[in-house]
Amino acid sequence: MDVGNVLVWVVWVLAAFGCLGSGVAVVSFSNPFYSALALIGNLSSLAVLYLLLSAEFVAAAQVLVYAGAVMVMFLFVIAYLGGRADAPWAGGPTWQQVAAVSAAAALLVEVVIAVGLKAGGRLSDEASIDAFFGGPHQIGTLFLTNYLLAFEITSIVLLVAAVGGVILGAHSRRLEGARR
Amino acid sequence: MLGPDVTWYLVLSSLLFVIGALGVLIRRSPLIVLLSLEIMLNGCNLALIAFARDQGEGAGQVFALAVMAVAAAEVVVGLGLIVAMARRRLDLDVDRMTTLRG
Repeated sequence: MDVGNVLVWVVWVLAAFGCLGSGVAVVSFSNPFYSALALIGNLSSLAVLYLLLSAEFVAAAQVLVYAGAVMVMFLFVIAYLGGRADAPWAGGPTWQQVAAVSAAAALLVEVVIAVGLKAGGRLSDEASIDAFFGGPHQIGTLFLTNYLLAFEITSIVLLVAAVGGVILGAHSRRLEGARR
Repeated sequence: MLGPDVTWYLVLSSLLFVIGALGVLIRRSPLIVLLSLEIMLNGCNLALIAFARDQGEGAGQVFALAVMAVAAAEVVVGLGLIVAMARRRLDLDVDRMTTLRG
C-alpha cells in the first residue's frame, strides 16, 4: 500500500463514521434543530465520499442544493414551529420501538442479500475512467443528449412542487382568515 | 481505484438507508420523519454513485442528480404540509393524525 492509498482510506473511514454517526444523531436527537444540524454534517461527509468516487459535480451539487438550499428551508420551518419533538429513546422500549428496530434490521438483511446476490461477484474490478468522468462536462452532455426527457421532467416536477408549496401556504392563510 | 472497494460504499449506503428507515418508523415528529427520509434518499444516492464509478458510466450520477431534485420537491411539499398542519393548530405527531384512518 502506498501513501496515497492509505490517505484515501483514512479519509474514507473518517467520512464514513461521520456519516453514520450524524445519521444516528438525526434519528436520536429530540430537538429538531439539532437533528437538522446533524443532517448537514451527514450531507457534507457524503459529499466527501462522492469526491472519493470521482463524482465531483454531484459532490458540489450536494453541498449547494442539499446542505445549502434544502437545509436552510428546514431550519426556517423549524425556527417557525419551534418547540420540541418526541424523545425517541426515553423510557423503556415500547412494542412500537421493538417492531421498528426489528423491521429496520430485516430491511438491512434484505438489502445485503439482494445486492450481494445480484452484484457480489462483479464488484471487485472497477472500470477505468478518464479525467472527464464525473465533471460538469460529462454530466451536462449526458443530461442534454441521452437523458433530455428526464431533465425536462425534473424541471416540471420542481415547478409543480413550487406551485404546490405556494397553494398549501395560501390555502391555510385563507382558512385562518375565515376563522377570525 | 485508490482506497476502499465499491463494496464498502455499498455497505455504507445500505447502513444509511436502514438508519433513515429506522428514523421514519420510530419518530413521531413529522419534521424528523422528513429529515430521516433525506437520509434514506442519500443512502440510495451513495449506492447509485458507487455503481456509476464501478461501471465507469455517468448514468448513475445523472440519476443521483434527478433524485436530488425530487428530494427538493418532496421537502417543499412536506414542509408546506407541516406548516399548514401547525397553522390549523393540529398536533405535530404522526400517530395522532388519524382523520383518514379507514
